Amino acid sequence: MNQSITILEAENLKVKRGGATLLNIPSLSIEKGEILALIGPNGAGKTTFLQTLSYLLTPFQGEIFFKGKKVETHISVLEYRRKLAMVFQDPLLFDTTVFNNVASGLKIRGMKRKEIADRVMEQLERFGISHLSRRSAKTLSGGEAQRASLARAFVLQPEILLLDEPFSSLDPPTRDSLIEDLEHILQQTRTTALFATHDRLEALRLSDRIAVMNAGRILQIGSPGEVMNQPINEFVALFVGVETILTGKVVKKDGGTFFTLVGGQEIEVVGSAHLGEAMVLCIRPENVTLSTRPSREGSSARNVFPGRIEKIVSLGLYQKVQLNCGFPLVAYVTNPSLEELSLAEGKEVTASFKATAVTAIKKGES
Amino acid sequence: MDLILDGIKKAFWLLITFDPEVMGITLLSLQISGTATLVSLLIGISTGTAIALSQFPGKRFIVSLVNTGMGLPPVVVGLFVTIFLWRSGPLGFLGILYTPTAMILAQTVIATPIVMGISLAAIQHLPPKLRLQILALGATRLQMVWILIKEAKLPLLAGVMAGFGGVISEVGASIMVGGNIKGYSRVLTTATVMETSRGNFDIAIALGIILLLLAYFINLILTQIQQRERSR
Repeated sequence: MNQSITILEAENLKVKRGGATLLNIPSLSIEKGEILALIGPNGAGKTTFLQTLSYLLTPFQGEIFFKGKKVETHISVLEYRRKLAMVFQDPLLFDTTVFNNVASGLKIRGMKRKEIADRVMEQLERFGISHLSRRSAKTLSGGEAQRASLARAFVLQPEILLLDEPFSSLDPPTRDSLIEDLEHILQQTRTTALFATHDRLEALRLSDRIAVMNAGRILQIGSPGEVMNQPINEFVALFVGVETILTGKVVKKDGGTFFTLVGGQEIEVVGSAHLGEAMVLCIRPENVTLSTRPSREGSSARNVFPGRIEKIVSLGLYQKVQLNCGFPLVAYVTNPSLEELSLAEGKEVTASFKATAVTAIKKGES
Repeated sequence: MDLILDGIKKAFWLLITFDPEVMGITLLSLQISGTATLVSLLIGISTGTAIALSQFPGKRFIVSLVNTGMGLPPVVVGLFVTIFLWRSGPLGFLGILYTPTAMILAQTVIATPIVMGISLAAIQHLPPKLRLQILALGATRLQMVWILIKEAKLPLLAGVMAGFGGVISEVGASIMVGGNIKGYSRVLTTATVMETSRGNFDIAIALGIILLLLAYFINLILTQIQQRERSR
């Protein structure tokens, strides 16, 4: 059984500039070995948070503890910074060979040449760029350069790795390849990592926990499943990709479930509520099933509604189907299913989803 | 025409035979301007970098002062240095007027703003996040500054070349504070003025050719730097 050690703690972190509060984090703790993703729209404060945590953005209010030691008091800023490594959206490589770039952090720490050579070659191989060792950094492609930047960070064997949208400026195939390699290496080295991204799929893939940020605050933090399927408010729901967000009033209660009236239809939701209460319902498109058969015979889904297909949008590997069931509903359907069911705009179908697939947020909850 | 052709012929002769007087003047020029450039390099790069990296009220004003300094007329510099070094002036006790030291001083004053201005621009042109990345790699403030200077080495070198080019070819301040004394403070530019006024076109042309060659080589280096920067 692994003992979980808290490696980093931030308390009452506040960053104010020119009267505006850019960051307001009452408390956050990160465990050794965990990968935490910070997601949120541009301007949410992700970069501010990462830079504050690494003492690159000062001054700020609040305290940071590394392995229980308060930074600035029990451990110096320089010593603390040397336990971290940061990778930015731009590779920010130096005007020299790839080898020298990857070695730069080690040279800064005064390591001996022989040891530097061994460690650098190891990382170059790990990131698949050892053939580029002698090349000038300016001649690398975007993907190669970012690999070099990552190698430069990993060679320091950091206790915490911070990544600020490291894949944002890469094209999709390069990005996928790099994410895969990074995932592998993070697992291998069990490095604690904190990364910011506005791509929720990236977050889903790499992280143990996700923190959704906006306006300098963390709105929700939890496992990917929690955040994706149980968003605590509309903003989080929208951001994590809940396509159907409906408002209605609770009209009926049953043991363990309640019914919300939306667009003339009653949607059954697991949970408890008061009659007449205003509710916001979130339904993920992956949880909606379409059928060309009119009834819900043999299906355990509680919510079955006839509807008309208004629009079908191709998302590559699957299709986004927008329906009108009296209320707007979005479903994701695979390409083969689309073909088999001959789904087309204007067709009448039956949409169903489970009562457990609906997240209910009491209206007015912030 | 005979005057010119004759002058050119005799000039080539002086150059090919390494005429001692011409060589002596050239060597002195290089020593004086070289020293001035070295001092201006040290002051200019360090101050230029410091200004570029810091934030303070009035920074914009200081930067425009430096830029103005880049275009300082050398005769004006010569005037002020002469006044300072005049026997009854503030630094008269040093007694260095009409010596190579005074020339080095004047040329340093001319070259330093040039090196400072170009260094400032060079450092400011580096990617803004580069500074953060260097700190994130665990560098101390000093290490960070050193790495930034290394990153900007090409434009900084161009600044130094521009500084050197400016002083090796200037004549006003050099005559005023140096006095053009034979074998002592007589350099390429000041000697050319003198020989021309005397009608000794052979020596004047020879000195002129050397100055042109120096200008050419400086330009060659600057062009190489430009091309290397462009090939990124």
